[in-house]
Amino acid sequence: MESGERRKLLRMMLLIRRFEEKLTDLSKDPRRIGGMMIVCTGQEAVAAGVGAALSPEDVIITNHRSHGHLLAKGAEPDLIMAEIFGRRTGYNKGKSGTLHIAAPEVNALCTTTVVGGNIPIAVGMAFAAQYTGKNYVTVCFFGDGATDEGSFHEALNLASLWNLPVIFACENNVYAGAQRMEEHTRVRDIADRAASYAMRAEKVDGNDALAVFEAMRKARTDCLSGAGPLLIEFKTYRWGGHNTTDAQIYQPQDEIALWKERCPIGKLKASLMEAGALAEEEYRRFESEAGEKVEQALRFAEASPWPEPAEALEDVFV
Amino acid sequence: MTRQLTLGQAINQALREEMRRDERVFIAGEGIGIGIHSDPRMATHGLLEEFGPRRVRDTPVSEAAIAGLAVGAAAMGLRPVVEIMFNPFFTIAADQIVNHAAKLRYLSGGKSRFPLVARIKTGAGIGAGCQHSHNLEAWLAHCPGLKVVMPSTPADAKGLLKSAIRDENPVIFIEDMLLNFVPGPVPEADYTTPIGVADIKKTGGDVTVVTWSKMLGVALKAAESLEREGIGVEIVDLRTLTPLDENTVLESVRKTGRLVVLHEATRTGGFGGEIAALAAEKAFDALRAPIKRVAAPDIPVPFSKPLEDFYLPNENDLIRVVKSLF
Repeated sequence: MESGERRKLLRMMLLIRRFEEKLTDLSKDPRRIGGMMIVCTGQEAVAAGVGAALSPEDVIITNHRSHGHLLAKGAEPDLIMAEIFGRRTGYNKGKSGTLHIAAPEVNALCTTTVVGGNIPIAVGMAFAAQYTGKNYVTVCFFGDGATDEGSFHEALNLASLWNLPVIFACENNVYAGAQRMEEHTRVRDIADRAASYAMRAEKVDGNDALAVFEAMRKARTDCLSGAGPLLIEFKTYRWGGHNTTDAQIYQPQDEIALWKERCPIGKLKASLMEAGALAEEEYRRFESEAGEKVEQALRFAEASPWPEPAEALEDVFV
Repeated sequence: MTRQLTLGQAINQALREEMRRDERVFIAGEGIGIGIHSDPRMATHGLLEEFGPRRVRDTPVSEAAIAGLAVGAAAMGLRPVVEIMFNPFFTIAADQIVNHAAKLRYLSGGKSRFPLVARIKTGAGIGAGCQHSHNLEAWLAHCPGLKVVMPSTPADAKGLLKSAIRDENPVIFIEDMLLNFVPGPVPEADYTTPIGVADIKKTGGDVTVVTWSKMLGVALKAAESLEREGIGVEIVDLRTLTPLDENTVLESVRKTGRLVVLHEATRTGGFGGEIAALAAEKAFDALRAPIKRVAAPDIPVPFSKPLEDFYLPNENDLIRVVKSLF
């Protein structure tokens, strides 16, 4: 990846970081935003790295922790924020809220928060590519906890059987709700689960944006050349709780501190600076640009109209 | 031109015609290409031979994956028609149908669409017991975003399935297996039957019987006896549970002043309650007698023949209830 692209990757991670930090702050103020937020702080490298490796025609289907994936696929911060605020100008006219934002404009046709529910759908999306001969891959994002669901196993089996162009992107952030991985499965590497379906699998440092990008670019090329599905386990960590109201009583402070030292943004920043491809001043400009985009999104959302109550009756059927 | 076909054969014709007409249509399910039964009365018989394994997809025993396949393929513009072998197995596919097929369009604010059909086989009377026989149509009708179709005749089945495949929304198409043994006339032509329109299968002036699926046969038999005793029965075949054709039901109730709902599903929480509520809310002034329901008792479908026969509502049950209104 050349340095211009790396800098773009860094800027995307900064945008995601600022976006999620803003939501974390806002969620403490019920006058501005309703309820809890599910954010991906600390996991930005997965979203940004995957997003950078995909083409516009590629399809993603994500889960409850979706903001980063959507931003990295090219969704507009303004329209995501307005949706989170429940406004008519949001991606889904306030029908979805933070949890299920669909942005068909960037081929994120649906987002689902039933854990594991998106995995069989990804198989259907990939089947459509194979059936029509169209040249796109489907990327399905889910966490380590979703791999305990039956839907995961049914879907991977079918995807493997039919050799479909789908990439299962598991973000292993160590926790499923309040359970550490060893409390919800004896499996040590989620990637191992692919063997049950004779499926290829990889383990990737999910805090290394370049490693994520490289793995994903190769996976995409392989998928499009008919190599069949792939399970990639991105090893990462959730700095915050499951959501912004989670007290994190189960997450050791020293563990959080350790992972903060492995900050994906810090890692890419350092490597760019080491290569002489980034100056501190420039980095600060990237930071303020990201912050300004988020502030702009917030202004747009808060200035946007609420839907009329009767709009609740629309959009059930075509 | 019409031909005598069973429900399954009529569905077969609809699938064949729509697959010929639209390359986006494919079918998937357990044993739909090569199955353990090779019977010309089966809905998917011979389709693999005509359309090949690309469009006729035998799947593993994976109901969640089958339903998810339909949701994802539909999102990308295909027209999947998937089969859930028996109604009780729907529960394994339910997350995909209830939380995804039905809701994802709404969640997208009307941007995405999911034009899929899930065919579900159903019905007691096959001696298979309650994990293969369990009419759950009321569950499905309770999910906004789904259309629920339950044909009673082969001709309706063909026309309704063709409509379902062309519909832009998810349609649950529930087929009673015993109707595969009752041939009826089916037009050869390419026709569709609109979803959301009930059909008056018999006119009469004294009592309205609202029913659907295989209970239509029970209603017709009972009506014949009742007519001989001077009671005119009007039979409204709903054909579609949601969207519900309220007008046809209400017009008939206003005409006859009496309403009996007949369905095979168990009584409590059955869709009959919805029809009764509709009449009570919107045609109360026209009612000359209490609204009655004839339905299965609140038990799982039993296996043993006399027990299963006891479970299924029959014409004597209906006749007795209708007579009680006069």
